[in-house]
Amino acid sequence: MQNIISLKTICLFFFFVSASVFAKEEPKEGESDIKTEIKEYINHHLLDSHDFSLTSYTTESGEHKYIGFPLPVILWDNGLKVFSSSKLHHGESVAEVDGNYYKSFHGKIYKTDASGTINLDEHHHATNEKPLDFSITKNVFTIFLVGLLMFFMFSRMAKKYKTGSLPKGMGRFLEPIILYIRDDIAIPNIGVKKYKKYMPYLLTVFFFVWIINLLGLTPLGVNVTNNIAVTLALALITYFLTTFTANKNYWGHIFWMPGVPVPMKIILAPIELLGTIIKPFSLMIRLYANITAGHIVLMSIIGLMFIFKNWLGSSLSFGLAFALSLLELLVAALQAYIFTMLSALYFGSAVEEHHDDH
Amino acid sequence: MTGLNFVGAGLIVIGAGLGIGRIGGQAMEAIARQPEASGKIQTAMLIAAALIEGIGFAALFAA
Repeated sequence: MQNIISLKTICLFFFFVSASVFAKEEPKEGESDIKTEIKEYINHHLLDSHDFSLTSYTTESGEHKYIGFPLPVILWDNGLKVFSSSKLHHGESVAEVDGNYYKSFHGKIYKTDASGTINLDEHHHATNEKPLDFSITKNVFTIFLVGLLMFFMFSRMAKKYKTGSLPKGMGRFLEPIILYIRDDIAIPNIGVKKYKKYMPYLLTVFFFVWIINLLGLTPLGVNVTNNIAVTLALALITYFLTTFTANKNYWGHIFWMPGVPVPMKIILAPIELLGTIIKPFSLMIRLYANITAGHIVLMSIIGLMFIFKNWLGSSLSFGLAFALSLLELLVAALQAYIFTMLSALYFGSAVEEHHDDH
Repeated sequence: MTGLNFVGAGLIVIGAGLGIGRIGGQAMEAIARQPEASGKIQTAMLIAAALIEGIGFAALFAA
């Protein structure tokens, strides 16, 4: 009996959902507007920006108001140009600095004339001259913030261990994680003898990626790890550490694989050499793609609420967004774990001692 | 032919999905058989899954 009732409820539920979806089939005034607006919003969220804005709204007179604070813009254009990003007005006006005019267009700063003309080619890409941009953007600001936070957090924690061996405060929560990284990531992969050299990097990268991924889930709207340049930098550090600490055995396995016939050695050498580059490349892509995909899906589902505009559809997408946020919490930690784990694996292969069995 | 690259990416993603599913299933079977080795199995499972996932994402980016 209960089964039949629940089946009926489910059927009814889907009937209402599909009805509400079909009810929206005819294009209405303003509906395509909200779709493009949501698309723009998601795209904007995925990009880096020159100011730290938490939210924005449009006033009755059609003026965009932003809540947040500007960040310094640092340009190299025949000399150092430093000014506040409030001069750019979110790309709405032209900033004049020392007789040069700059305008922000899709998050990138271009040099323009006094009226701020952006020349576009047929692909809608700006053809204006681009000065070298060293600005403290939102991502850079967040990286600094997390760096400072980690520095003070961990140096304070470390100090407390000098007075007694029992962890206090934050340490109670973080000590098991640090021990886990040491005992279950570093030692099994790198080996008891050599793991100590890599622990600082493994711990730093784990907590950095984790904290930054978690910050990306807060309403602050920062998302650093879905900038491919950031993950590239992290992967490059792993690559350089692997390359420069590698021993003879590692290079021997790459260029002259022991234990296989000579023609095979010649074939294997370029493949292995390519493998050394593909490994950090996959690290970079994995972190970037996972976080970007998570953000896009989450934001699209939140955006669905504004497309459905009815109780059932919106509460459904609210529930889905809630569940996905929980999943993203897991992904944030999992990606940090996998990055650390694979880094440790690569370090381990770099310092592995010679075995006689092959 | 336009759009075929998306079909290819889709095929690769299906393959990656099947692969990760198999890894998960087999790992669960292994844990059921040897619960005391669950830590090691989990680690190996995650690494294998992560490697396959990398291929899936590479396909998505190539498309």
